[in-house]
Amino acid sequence: MAECHPVGFQWVTEAKARGATVIHVDPRFTRTSAVADLHLPIRAGTDIVFLGALINHVISTESYFHDYVVAYTNAATLVHEDFRDTEDLDGLFSGYDGATGHYDTTSWAYQEPEDGAVAKAGGNEHGSSESARSAGEEHGSGGPALEHSVVLRDETLQDPRCVFQILKRHYSRYTPQMVADVCGIPEEDFLKVAKALCDNSGRDKTTMFCYAVGWTQHTVGAQMIRTSAILQLLLGNVGRPGGGIMALRGHASIQGSTDIPTLFNLLPGYLPMPKVGDHETFEDYIASITSKDAKGFWANADAYMVSLMKSWFGEHATKDNNWALDLLPRLTGAHGTYQTTMAMLDDEVEGYFVLGQNPAVGSAHGTLQRDALRHLKWLVVRDLQLVETATFWKDSPEVASGEWRPEDIDTEVFFFPAASHAEKAGTFTQTQRLLQWRHKAVNPPGDAQSELEFFFEVGKRIRARLAGSTEERDRALLAMTWDYPTDAEGEIDPAAVLAEINGRDADGQLLSAYTQMKADGSTSGGCWIYTGVFADGINHAADRVPGRDQNPIAAQWGWAWPANRRVLYNRASADPEGKPWSERKKLIWWDAESGKWTGDDVPDFPPDKDPSFRPEEGTGGPDGIAGDDPFVMMADGKGWLYAPKGMVDGPLPTHYESQESPVHNPLYAVQANPTRVIFERKDNLFAPSPPAPGSDVYPFVFTIARLTEHHTAGGMSRWLPYLSELQPEMFCEVSPELAAERGLENAGWATIVSPRAVIEARVLVTDRMKPLRINGKIVHQIGMPYHWGVGNEAVISGDSANDLLGVVLDANTQIQEGKLGSCDIVAGRRPRGEALDRLLAEYQSRAGVTAATGTQRPHSVDTQGDSH
Amino acid sequence: MGLSPLEWPVVRQLRTGDRLGRGPAVTSARTRATEPRTSTADRVVQSVCPYCAVGCGQRIFVKDEKVVQIEGDKDSPISRGRLCPKGSASEQLVNSPTRPKQVLYRKPGGTDWEPMDRDRAIDLVVDRFLDTHRRTWVDRDEQGRRLRRTMGIASLGGATLDNEENYLIKKLFTAAGAIQIENQARI
Ligand code: SF4
Repeated sequence: MAECHPVGFQWVTEAKARGATVIHVDPRFTRTSAVADLHLPIRAGTDIVFLGALINHVISTESYFHDYVVAYTNAATLVHEDFRDTEDLDGLFSGYDGATGHYDTTSWAYQEPEDGAVAKAGGNEHGSSESARSAGEEHGSGGPALEHSVVLRDETLQDPRCVFQILKRHYSRYTPQMVADVCGIPEEDFLKVAKALCDNSGRDKTTMFCYAVGWTQHTVGAQMIRTSAILQLLLGNVGRPGGGIMALRGHASIQGSTDIPTLFNLLPGYLPMPKVGDHETFEDYIASITSKDAKGFWANADAYMVSLMKSWFGEHATKDNNWALDLLPRLTGAHGTYQTTMAMLDDEVEGYFVLGQNPAVGSAHGTLQRDALRHLKWLVVRDLQLVETATFWKDSPEVASGEWRPEDIDTEVFFFPAASHAEKAGTFTQTQRLLQWRHKAVNPPGDAQSELEFFFEVGKRIRARLAGSTEERDRALLAMTWDYPTDAEGEIDPAAVLAEINGRDADGQLLSAYTQMKADGSTSGGCWIYTGVFADGINHAADRVPGRDQNPIAAQWGWAWPANRRVLYNRASADPEGKPWSERKKLIWWDAESGKWTGDDVPDFPPDKDPSFRPEEGTGGPDGIAGDDPFVMMADGKGWLYAPKGMVDGPLPTHYESQESPVHNPLYAVQANPTRVIFERKDNLFAPSPPAPGSDVYPFVFTIARLTEHHTAGGMSRWLPYLSELQPEMFCEVSPELAAERGLENAGWATIVSPRAVIEARVLVTDRMKPLRINGKIVHQIGMPYHWGVGNEAVISGDSANDLLGVVLDANTQIQEGKLGSCDIVAGRRPRGEALDRLLAEYQSRAGVTAATGTQRPHSVDTQGDSH
Repeated sequence: MGLSPLEWPVVRQLRTGDRLGRGPAVTSARTRATEPRTSTADRVVQSVCPYCAVGCGQRIFVKDEKVVQIEGDKDSPISRGRLCPKGSASEQLVNSPTRPKQVLYRKPGGTDWEPMDRDRAIDLVVDRFLDTHRRTWVDRDEQGRRLRRTMGIASLGGATLDNEENYLIKKLFTAAGAIQIENQARI
C-alpha cells in the first residue's frame, strides 16, 4: 500500500502512531513492510490457506463476535441437505460437471421452509452461463437474487446444516501447521497475526483489511477476497468505523469504470447485459436478476433498468418494446478482453479501439497481445504518448528480433492524441466510491481532445451518415439520445452528461435519490447508484469544503455512492436495538425520540425504520427489511459467510494451487481451481506442476508487482523524465541464496524463461526476498515490476514482465492469473534474434510442454461422493 | 562588483534577524527576485491526480493558458496536500514535449507514421466503423433469437477515463451492437 497508494498510506501511518498494529503479508518486502509491525513473506497464491486458518482459529477459540454473527450474518441459516463440501468430495463441491468444468449450483442453496425443495433463487442459472457472463461482478452494488427472503435459522448455531457448522468443518484442516507447509509462514508468526486480529476486534475495536490486485489476479482471486469477507463478518468488522475490506484500486477511476462500466457483461449500476434466449422480455430479464419477494433495495431493479433505458433511448423506450431491451445486443458467452484477444487471433475482430490503455505491455502474455493487434484490419489508439500498443508494427520485440517485418503487417493504425486530466472536466470515482469533479485548467494542445469529445463527435457523424436508414442494425444508433448541450466552441458539456447519469423525474427535474426512480417510464437515470450526485440541481462531485472544516467523515468533499454514504452497511455499527456497539466505535444509531437513524454518516438504512420492526414473513423489497437487517442490498438482509448464490466456483473459499505451482496441493486431490477458464492453444503453454514430469524445468515462482515511481504499463510514467530517473531500469529481485545457486550478480543481468517468453532484467540481490520452506522443500520467489516495455518512444524501455504470463482466468470475473507463474532464471543477457526462439523451444521440449499441459480438470462427482 | 557594507553577510544576518544564516540573509539577489510560480499564476483550478485511485486533490496553476505548476490540495480530506512521486510529476505529464499534437496515421504495410488532419481521420474511422458494422452485423442466431450485434468491433479502455466518458462509450457501442467493450477494470 505504501508502494502503490502512497498518500493513502499516510492514514495507516497515522493509525500506527495512535497504537494500531500494522501487519503486511506479501511475497515482496516493500515500503509497507518497512514500517509494518510484522511482515510475513507468503508464497504467492496461497492466501486462502492463510486466511482460512485465521477463520479456523477464530471459530475454534470462540473469538468471533457472537452477537454480531448471530444477528447480522447468515451463520444461523440452514443449507440444503444435498449440499456437499470439498471436505466430503476431496476438493470439489456438489454439482460439479467434469466435462465442462462448471458447477450446477442448485444444491448450494438455503434449505426451503415448506417441503425441503431447493430454492430456485431468482431464476437459478447454471454455473457455466453465470461464469460466461462473469456474473460475479454484477454484485458490485448488491447481492445475488434469492426467490424470496424466508429462510430457516437455528440461532443456537448448533444444527449441523447451519452455515456456522458447515464453515467450521470446511476450515478444520486449515491449521497453523498447514499455513507453515503451504504458505511458508512459520506457526509462531501466524499465531501473532491471529492474536493481533482477535485482540483488535469486537465491541471496542475493529480491524481493517486492505488488498489490491495481489488478491484479484489469481484463478482463485474472487475467493481470496471472499475469505477475508468471512473473517471480517465473524469478527464483526463490517459496517463499522475502522473496519471493512478496502479494495485499493490501482487507477484513478477503476471503480468508476465498473460502476459505469466499459465491461462486456455489465450495464451501468451493475445491471447485467442481456443474454441470448434468457432475456427476451423485460419480465424475463428482471426475474433473472431479482425478485420482488427478496428483501432490500435490489428488489427494485426494474425501476433502475427502465430509468437507464429512458436515459439512453428517451421516447424510444416503451413498455411495448420491453423498455428498449429489444434494441440491445445479446451476450452468448464470455466476451472479455482475453476472449477478444483470442477472437482477434482467429481474425474475427476487424476494428479495435484502445483508449488510454497499453495491452501490448499491460495485459497478460504480451506476445499474444501484440500478435492479436497484427491480425486487425484497423486499430484506433488514443493516448497521451505513442505507447507500445500504437507502435507495435515498428518497434515491438518481434520486429526487433526480425520475426516480423512492418511491411508484412496489414493493420491500419490511427493514433489520436488525447487530453490529459488537466485539459478536461469530469469525474473520477476513487477507491472509496467517491466521485470527485475535476475542473478544466487549460485546453488540450493541438489536435488533442478528450474521449468525451471524440466519442460525441464520432456518434454525431455516425448518426448523420445513417439518417433515414431503416436497417435493423441502425435502429438503436438512431434511437439513442445524443443531443448533449455544447459550449461556445461546440464541445460537449460534461456536466450535462453527469446530469443524465443522475437522472430526472417526469418534469425534467433532477432526481435526488434512486428511491425516486419508477418502473413506469416516468423517470430517467443513466446509473442508479449515482443518482443523487446532482441532488437539488447541484453537482455534489464538485463539493469542496476543506477537510479541516468538517468531521472525519468529510461528507461535503465530493460525493460517494450510494446517497453519499461513506461506510457501507453502517447499520451494523449499532447493535440490534440500534445502540452503538461501543462509545468508541459509534457511527450511526437509532434516535427513539425523533424516530430516526442519526449519527456521523448518512445511514445506510431506511431512515425511519425502528430497530424493533419486523416485517410480515415473506415481505419483499425495502419493506421486507427488518429493523435489524443491516445488509440492505442482500436478499435476506444478512452478511453472507456462506454464499448460496453468486460465486461460480463454490459457496466457500477453498485452497487450490495456481495454474503453475511449485508444489502439489497438500489439501485436496484437486490441484487447481476446477472451474478456471482455460485456453488450450499452442501459443498459450503452461508449465507442468508437481508431480508431473518436467515441473523442475521451471522451478521458480515469479511474482509481478508495481513500484511507487511508475504506473501500470508505463504510458503515464516512462515518458516522464522525473519518474524515469527515479526507476530507470527493469529489474528482478532475488534472494542471496538464489543468486548463489544460479550465479547471479547484483546489478548484473539475468535471463528469465517461462513457457511463453524469455526476457532479461537487471539483477537486484537482497535479503528482502526470502526463500520459503514449503512442505520441507525450498521454494524461491523472484519479484519483478511490470512497467517496462520494448519500444523506441519512451524515455526508458526494457523487457516486459507480463510477457512471461500465460492466459488463464478466474471463472467468477474472467480476470487473468497475473500475479505469478513458473520460470527458470540464469545469469547473463537473453539471446537475440532466432537464438531467442530456440532457447524458448529448448525449455519447452525439456519440460515436455504441450498445449494440453496443465489444462486437465477433475472428473465429475455425484452428490454421494463417487467419482465417475 | 563591490558589495555595499550593508550587504555584507554578517551585517545582513544582523539586519534581518537571521541569526543562523539559513534564511533571508543568505539568499542571492536573483533568488530574492524570484517569485514562486504559484503566486504569479493567473488562476488556480482544483483537480484530482490521474494516477492511482487514492484520488489526491491537486491544484493546477495556470499562467498564459499554460499549466505552470501542479501541487497537492491542502483542502482535501483524503490527501491533505500531499502528492506522491507520480502525482508530483504530473506537470511533466501535461507539458511533456513528446506528446504528439496531431493525429498520426499508419497505412497497412507502412513503415512510418504520416500526420493526418483530425477531421479527416475521424471521418475515416467512422467509415471503417460503419463498414465493419454493416458487414459483420448479426441480427438473430440459428434459432431465431435476438442477437443484434457485431463481433467485428472491440474496445479496451484505461481506467483514467472519466465516468462521463465511459458512459458515452458504453452507450454508443451498445447501441451499435458492439459487445466486446472492455476496460482495465477487468485486468
Ligand atoms: S498523488 Fe500518488 S497517491 Fe495520490 S492519487 Fe496520485 S498516484 Fe495516487
